[in-house]
Amino acid sequence: MSDSNSHDPNQMTGAAMIVRAMKDHGVEHIFGYPGGAVLPIYDEIFQQSDVQHILVRHEQGAGHAAEGYARSTGKPGVVLVTSGPGATNMVTPLADALMDSIPLVCITGQVPTHLIGNDAFQECDTVGITRPCTKHNWLVRRIEDLAKVLHEAFYVATSGRPGPVVVDVPKDVQFATGTYHPPRKADVHVSYVPKTKGDPAQIRKAVALLANAKRPVIYSGGGVVNSGPEASRLLRELVEITDFPITSTLMGLGAYPASGKNWLGMLGMHGTYEANMTMHGCDVMLCIGARFDDRITGRTDAFAPNAKKIHIDIDPSSINKNIRVDVPIIGDVATVLEDLLGVFKAEAKKPDIKPWWQQVASWRARNSLAYKKSSDVIMPQYAIQRLYEATRGRDTYITTEVGQHQMWAAQFYGFEQPKRWMTSGGLGTMGYGLPAALGVQVAHRDSLVIDIAGDASVQMTIQEMATAVQYELPIKIFILNNQYMGMVRQWQQLLHGNRLSHSYTEAMPDFVKLAEAYGAVGMQVFKPSDLDGAIQDMIKVNKPVLFDCRVAALENCFPMIPSGKAHNEMLLPAEATDEATAAAFAGGKALV
Amino acid sequence: MTQPASAYFMEERHDPNETHTLSVIVQNEPGVLARVIGLFSGRGYNIESLTVSETEAQKHLSRITIVTTGTPMVIQQIKNQLDRMVPVYRVVDMTLSGRSIERELAMVKLRGVGEHRVESLRLAEAFRARVIDASTESFVFEITGNSSKINQFIELMRPLGLVEVVRTGVAAIGRGAEGM
Ligand SMILES: Cc1cc2nc3c(=O)[nH]c(=O)nc-3n(C[C@H](O)[C@H](O)[C@H](O)COP(=O)(O)OP(=O)(O)OC[C@H]3O[C@@H](n4cnc5c(N)ncnc54)[C@H](O)[C@@H]3O)c2cc1C
Ligand SMILES: Cc1ncc(C[n+]2csc(CCOP(=O)(O)OP(=O)(O)O)c2C)c(N)n1
Ligand SMILES: [Mg+2]
Repeated sequence: MSDSNSHDPNQMTGAAMIVRAMKDHGVEHIFGYPGGAVLPIYDEIFQQSDVQHILVRHEQGAGHAAEGYARSTGKPGVVLVTSGPGATNMVTPLADALMDSIPLVCITGQVPTHLIGNDAFQECDTVGITRPCTKHNWLVRRIEDLAKVLHEAFYVATSGRPGPVVVDVPKDVQFATGTYHPPRKADVHVSYVPKTKGDPAQIRKAVALLANAKRPVIYSGGGVVNSGPEASRLLRELVEITDFPITSTLMGLGAYPASGKNWLGMLGMHGTYEANMTMHGCDVMLCIGARFDDRITGRTDAFAPNAKKIHIDIDPSSINKNIRVDVPIIGDVATVLEDLLGVFKAEAKKPDIKPWWQQVASWRARNSLAYKKSSDVIMPQYAIQRLYEATRGRDTYITTEVGQHQMWAAQFYGFEQPKRWMTSGGLGTMGYGLPAALGVQVAHRDSLVIDIAGDASVQMTIQEMATAVQYELPIKIFILNNQYMGMVRQWQQLLHGNRLSHSYTEAMPDFVKLAEAYGAVGMQVFKPSDLDGAIQDMIKVNKPVLFDCRVAALENCFPMIPSGKAHNEMLLPAEATDEATAAAFAGGKALV
Repeated sequence: MTQPASAYFMEERHDPNETHTLSVIVQNEPGVLARVIGLFSGRGYNIESLTVSETEAQKHLSRITIVTTGTPMVIQQIKNQLDRMVPVYRVVDMTLSGRSIERELAMVKLRGVGEHRVESLRLAEAFRARVIDASTESFVFEITGNSSKINQFIELMRPLGLVEVVRTGVAAIGRGAEGM
């Protein structure tokens, strides 16, 4: 009687179900940090070897590492943290992943069900706190529900527009025994069935617009990367057969190769002149998996004023949110592009857009990314260019922190493939890049993984150097050290009368000694002539490296669309004199 | 006008607001109402009225009726945001469909003697409000109808000794044979 029960392989504790569900969903690595409310799960992890656990040094690090892992593989990132402070430390990565559409499954421990609501030790309302920063979340009060919820969690995180989910599991449910069942169709959440196939009538309308365009542009975004490798392939084919110019958001870099002849560079606030002018002047805009973010549109009433707009997006709430479009197509990028290409090839011819390309060439000739070269100090742009030259032939992944260095990386590092570029775009989280690099390296042991960092950002999650050393993850932290929170200082110079309030990186640590204290390798360069050699040394070291690259302190990031201006009112580096800047930013006191 | 220098783009929008009634069919699971309300407060949408109750117990379905105001673009955004929530099955814009009946129930308490009492009873009859509690110096009326009828009734009761009002908020259903 009890014998037959104990031999049922699907009878197990809640803690065992969690580990089992991970295996069933193909999870090989999880990032986490233990505590009282997850000890039963840690006990299960200890007794198996299929799922490898990476111990971070702060739960935020686990979250960003899982994001890097997810973005570079296309698989969900999995996180395990304890109740209370463990869960609250995860809030930033969850919000980050929600903004940037990254699939995460986060398991949090919770106090036993009978103590919930009693201000028990390390209790917090995890589902309440994480509700607005997850795609969905669950508190599992009964062992009978656990298997189903775990499978649902993987489904919701990875389907449609991907995003983070939280499963909060009270400790008594982890101890309780119940019946596990493997993933099955019925665990698909019945009320959540995203549409992936585009409406054929809309696709026909889109093709008609494209075929008759005189001044077309393709504006692609993170959704192409989300959709998978097939989407990037189809995007390239579309550019090939239409010969349209193409730009991309920060999140979509690499979907179309930077070396491609139709590439205009990134668009938006710090995008190239040619990308923004092409957007402004186009008559047909094809937006593919991008969300008309305010860094892109500038003034919405002056955004591409003469364009018919086509928008392909899997999330209907992205459509007509900021910009009204003429032909919305709801569906997955790869699926829609396949259908669209089919119709285009069968029924349309590429339009003659020679005059448009001549116009684009004249914008390109402005060379909007030009900067002053120097032989005394390392210009930050130059540092990225040299890093790019030294690593372009290799199997390289780049992550970043947030600030000027992030924008320079986007402008000067050429991405040829999707999923090679991990950056915090929507939330703009300083401290993202180092742990994200860690996550990427866990997934790609033999690849070169570089975090292009800022001196201020990197200090926000620097403790994860210990994780890198522990797991022998040879990540390279390439710090563009300008001794300032450069991006903040730039805004203060432009908007706040040059009053540099608290944007200087005071008491800068000695990064070389810091690296050594962690058991990693520290390097430092000051002179342009030493840079190439140092980069080569950095690449050769098979250990984590903190690379302190001292760059020109006061360099600012251009081009730039000043606030409240349209795409054709960009500020170019050569024009960014004090007077021009003052005029461009004329107005009262800043609000942010 | 020049805007204050800022990292954000500030624009005024002048589209006129509209009022819409939305019916939302949701999985009746813990926290679902908090999710819906959190969406409205988090994204700065208006809630004029909200009612919720389980309507199909065996399928664990509840129906939420929300009356909201916003520009047409915002109303569309509200519907899309609701629709993509995991426990939401369907969102129907009862105002757009143009074929819906809306009802609200209110209980209205009056204190008064003499002429005012007589007048209030006379009006109540005209509005088909029922007396559901009475004392020598008070009445409680129950009235159902669409919101404007109830507003009108309350305004008429005000000078007659209105003490308090409680309203359920709007429930809406489509006309004809079809369900939603
Ligand atoms: C300091 C700083 C400066 C910045 N400056 C710039 C700048 O100059 N230029 C710039 O571009 N960005 C800039 N950003 C980033 C910006 O804030 C946004 O994160 C970014 O522009 C959004 O990119 P996206 O539109 O591609 O959308 P994402 O956030 O990547 O969203 C993807 C869109 O695709 C959809 N989608 C997802 N999966 C699919 C699928 N399978 N099929 C179809 N659709 C799908 C989603 O629903 C969503 O609408 C900056 C960020 C920071 C921190
Ligand atoms: C967690 C967090 N806090 C504050 C900010 C605001 N912020 C944006 S960029 C920046 C400065 C970044 O400095 P650094 O890392 O040195 O990069 P730099 O701009 O100098 O390249 C700050 C404080 C942020 N994005 N994230
Ligand atoms: Mg800096």
